[in-house]
Amino acid sequence: MITLGIESSCDETSVAILRDTTVIKNGIYSQTEHSQFGGVVPEIASRAHLEKIDHLTETVFAETDIKIKDIDLISVTDSPGLAGALLVGVSFALGLHTTLNKPITGINHLEGHIFSVLLENPDLSFPFLALVVSGGHTAIYTVHDTGKYELLGQTVDDAAGEAFDKVGKMLGFTYPAGRSIELEASMVQNEKSITFPVARISSNNLNFSFSGLKTAVKYFIKDKNVQFINENRSRICFAFQKAVIDSLSNNLASAVKSTKIRRIALVGGVACNQSLRDALQKRFGTDIRFPSPQLCTDNAAMIALAGYNRYRKKQLRFPTMNPSAPL
Amino acid sequence: MKVTAYSVEQTRELGALFASKAMPGDIYLLEGDLGAGKTEFVRGFTAKLETECTVRSPTFSIINVYTTRMFPVYHFDFYRMCDPDELNETGYYEYINSDGVCLIEWGNLFPEVIPQNAVKIKITDISENVRIIETEKEL
Repeated sequence: MITLGIESSCDETSVAILRDTTVIKNGIYSQTEHSQFGGVVPEIASRAHLEKIDHLTETVFAETDIKIKDIDLISVTDSPGLAGALLVGVSFALGLHTTLNKPITGINHLEGHIFSVLLENPDLSFPFLALVVSGGHTAIYTVHDTGKYELLGQTVDDAAGEAFDKVGKMLGFTYPAGRSIELEASMVQNEKSITFPVARISSNNLNFSFSGLKTAVKYFIKDKNVQFINENRSRICFAFQKAVIDSLSNNLASAVKSTKIRRIALVGGVACNQSLRDALQKRFGTDIRFPSPQLCTDNAAMIALAGYNRYRKKQLRFPTMNPSAPL
Repeated sequence: MKVTAYSVEQTRELGALFASKAMPGDIYLLEGDLGAGKTEFVRGFTAKLETECTVRSPTFSIINVYTTRMFPVYHFDFYRMCDPDELNETGYYEYINSDGVCLIEWGNLFPEVIPQNAVKIKITDISENVRIIETEKEL
């Protein structure tokens, strides 16, 4: 069975082809990957999905021996995201659905991220806990089954990835700065001279807050001179990153305790962070699984797999285009 | 108007005060550094209108929509945008001409897309807790 996945909820335009659960092609179009497409498409605004999706789909099919008429299912992200961005993917998918007369399903973007871990870890069985951490989301779910997700806690202000990016900016890195912080922090080992508070919202829920941490870093560096910041940038990055990791790790441990579920998936763009992976691996051992980095960031392969699973469970739902729908 | 807020709660109270005078179609521009309290202001503003939505940072999403008992609140953040053309895919031009209220963080990055009737609110952080909040509007 061939599933076509389409993702355009935010910055990335992505089109993927799956044969059952195997990724045949996972084409991702972002600003940094222009060269991959031979420079045919001119420089355009990063979120101009409309100008990319057609070309990307043609390219993806041209690189395989699968023809567009061979697909059996269309799976498209329809929530949450930018209204206009989602509209491009959903309209494109509906066009194919009508022309090819093939079944279609809408997929929640966060549901897609949860399935990203199953692309490479098909043995991970339900139920499991999913920690979704990205630039726009930070949440823990119990994944009972395909289509059955229970929110255990989420950020009440900034997402973890956003905190990385903004603190990085304060420290002189260019936005987005998550990767720069990680590299800078890796220059020191278990630094204790600087610490930042680990936010804990309440003992009754598993919510996160990263806005206070951002402010704490801001006031820590506010009165310091350039020389101090230059000499201590690695330590500040380390302490900040540690506070984020501790917050994620502690809530995850609480989730394990309260649900008695030991299997965990770490997904979303921030799951690329090796220090976070190492810290969680150390604490949760072989119970925790991660997608490889290229499947952590937004991609259509995860959307296709979520759609395939919905198809198997007879849970297809017509795309609804709801920019702010929760999972 | 120029007032001093001595805590996050007082920043939220000022947001609530603006909300109590707000009319559908209003547009507010929130200016202030990272961590100044722009999102806290929106939190107080939206809470006053009675909502079940959680106000979160729209930096990544560019826009968050909150339904309230009074009218919808459209919470924008231009912080990570590179080009004003990106607003075409956010629905911005529909929202600023709708019957909801728009609150825009970092709107000063793209002044050319801000309507004339927008009310500017400037938040300056003096210390960890103290904020000065200024606006040309008389409440």
